[in-house]
Amino acid sequence: MSEVFNVSTNPHVRSSASTQTIMRDVLIALAPAGIFGIYNFGLDALIRIVVGIAACVAVEALYQYLMHKKVTVLDLSAAVTGLLIALNIPPTLNVGYEILGCAFAIIIVKQLFGGLGQNFMNPALAARCFLLIAFTGPMTTFVYDGIAGATPLAVLKPGSEAEGTAELLDMFIGTHGGVIGETSVICLLLGAAYLLVRKVISWRIPVTYVATFAVLIFLLAPEHQFDAVYMLKEICVGGLILGAFFMATDYVTSPITPAGKIVFGVILGILTFIFRMYGGSAEGVSYAIIFSNLLVPLIERVTVPKSFGKQKPVKEAK
Amino acid sequence: MGKCTFKGGVHPFDGKEFSKDKPIKELFPQGEMVFPLSQHIGAPAVPVVAKGDHVLAGQLIAEAGGFVSANIHSSVSGTVKAIEPRTLATGGKCNSIVIENDGEYSEVTYVPKKLEELSKEEILGRIKDAGVVGMGGAGFPTHVKLSPKNPESIDYIIVNGAECEPYLTSDYRRMLEEPDKVVMGLKVALAIFDHAKGIIGIEDNKPEAIRIMQEKTAGEPDIEVKVLKTKYPQGGERCLIYATTGRSINSSMLPADAGCIVHNIDTIFSIYLAVIEGKPLTKRIVTVTGDGVNNPGNFYVWLGMNYRQLLDAAGGVVGEPQKYISGGPMMGFAMYSLDVPVVKGSSSLLVMREDIVSKIESSACIRCGRCGEGCPSHLLPAKLASLASRNDEAGFVKLDGMECVECGSCSYICPAKRPLTQQIKAMRRTVMANRRKK
Repeated sequence: MSEVFNVSTNPHVRSSASTQTIMRDVLIALAPAGIFGIYNFGLDALIRIVVGIAACVAVEALYQYLMHKKVTVLDLSAAVTGLLIALNIPPTLNVGYEILGCAFAIIIVKQLFGGLGQNFMNPALAARCFLLIAFTGPMTTFVYDGIAGATPLAVLKPGSEAEGTAELLDMFIGTHGGVIGETSVICLLLGAAYLLVRKVISWRIPVTYVATFAVLIFLLAPEHQFDAVYMLKEICVGGLILGAFFMATDYVTSPITPAGKIVFGVILGILTFIFRMYGGSAEGVSYAIIFSNLLVPLIERVTVPKSFGKQKPVKEAK
Repeated sequence: MGKCTFKGGVHPFDGKEFSKDKPIKELFPQGEMVFPLSQHIGAPAVPVVAKGDHVLAGQLIAEAGGFVSANIHSSVSGTVKAIEPRTLATGGKCNSIVIENDGEYSEVTYVPKKLEELSKEEILGRIKDAGVVGMGGAGFPTHVKLSPKNPESIDYIIVNGAECEPYLTSDYRRMLEEPDKVVMGLKVALAIFDHAKGIIGIEDNKPEAIRIMQEKTAGEPDIEVKVLKTKYPQGGERCLIYATTGRSINSSMLPADAGCIVHNIDTIFSIYLAVIEGKPLTKRIVTVTGDGVNNPGNFYVWLGMNYRQLLDAAGGVVGEPQKYISGGPMMGFAMYSLDVPVVKGSSSLLVMREDIVSKIESSACIRCGRCGEGCPSHLLPAKLASLASRNDEAGFVKLDGMECVECGSCSYICPAKRPLTQQIKAMRRTVMANRRKK
């Protein structure tokens, strides 16, 4: 019998979940939306998805290699970022632009701030916003069935003169123009349900986000007050569902406290409402999430959970 | 009625299959027996025997060294060989009485009593004389626990049959094999208080124990069996009090402040032995288990026995196990030597073929928040650990780091495999040491 035993402090067992399994679950959850994007937009979408994932993984590996850091692409977090970037661009966007966006996300937003867990805003959304500002035209041109036209989101915008259809059922299924991964609500919800069941995400952020947004639209939407159908359309359209379930729930850039998650969701709902209804562009989800990411440290500071058994009277007595 | 539980907790692999159906086997000790003078919280006991003395099984060999302390009795008959420092399962050294077992097992005569004949003071006296301490691990002297400042404020005596720590089955077997004595032990404890009620809390992964205890307490209006959700650390004192009574306490309070006293199953059994049969605490059940032993089982063991003998009793090891743990996998101590004695708080010897902790690498925190969800004290372990790594004592205390019960749930659940419990534990030691300095 060996007389050299391993010694360490408790606990001596660990759960099987790892960063890699969590990221793998996110990739699985995004699969339905990605597959629908390919069905909806064809080969263009497939190319953007493959390029997005490959570019992010390659850039991260290269950067870490050159900086003599441990290469951590196997944790799959770069792959998730790449997939999210691809799902957040139009299928017609120049692939070169997409790669530039991936490099921006991985190097500027993620690695320069210390890598996984240290970035203060969602890398994929930061890349999307970067591309939106840099290449506004290509990023907001949507071709569907060979015809360039306004997305339902643009049609629904208050004061919009864009012409086109905005049928609720189409939006739910996803057969309309938009960025690759946002169009199909049903596919996104399928993935979201998987994440909720696997306990990868909690209901707190997405539910409070969508609920706050819905209530505000129902009560205050210009020209469409108390219009339930309009409210449902606004929920199903654009990047709200994709953003609420897959981007706002990003661990790194959302509050860690349970109460903070609810505050975060409410702020997101309010901001998205303002940006969509009164802002210059049709979409407001990306900017709402990016902006709220900056508030996370402040939200966490005021939402520290009450520790078990802590009682006011006892505290005063000290 | 729903199952009682608390908010937080984790679900580790429970490993009870190894030993839960193995009846308790009595194990006769051989060779020298070691009795450390500190097997409890509080002052070490003071030896009342000297080298060369002949002692009988059940004879007092060391006396409580203060109010918070406990008597120690020899479990065998034999000759005192030495009084010298010996290594304990927890890693430290402690002055111990070493007795060479003569194999005769000649016992002192015990004086049985009937519960009705005894006054409250006599009951407490018999518990104190028998050296009964908490046998779940902490080893708090039982007579002290049963003498709260305001005895009239005690509403519940809670018996901890949760056995939430994975792999351990000693309490389970005790409930299955000696339910009457457990119930009697609880009745003895209840007799000390005027209006206290008894609660036996058992996790729902032990249906057989629940059934038997319910059957045995059916005629006892003052005792209730409560079914607990299976979740670690359901048997933690604060969690158990909350789950069974809805009352909550923090680190600055004692269970008695919430009108509760919590006892482990084996402690209650020892109370029975002490008060009714007049026998001191000299034996306990130890589970020897894990994938590293050939025949896992539950053994009725003489205190002072060497851990190696436990291992032999379980059929020896399989291959070359990497880790030996005294206690369970969540809160037990990894041992560097098997030449340590079984003490009052030794619940288990867990042998693991593979030490997964040594193989995993920790990576960056992704702020998933699982540690906070699993924390029974509702803390933010990720933040506390990062404050600890920066040695920010003030920040650590402000975020209630001192409320941590060191259950290990956060380290267990962390997907990045970060040593959260370990960092927090180290910081807690620092804070406590600095407080003592002041």
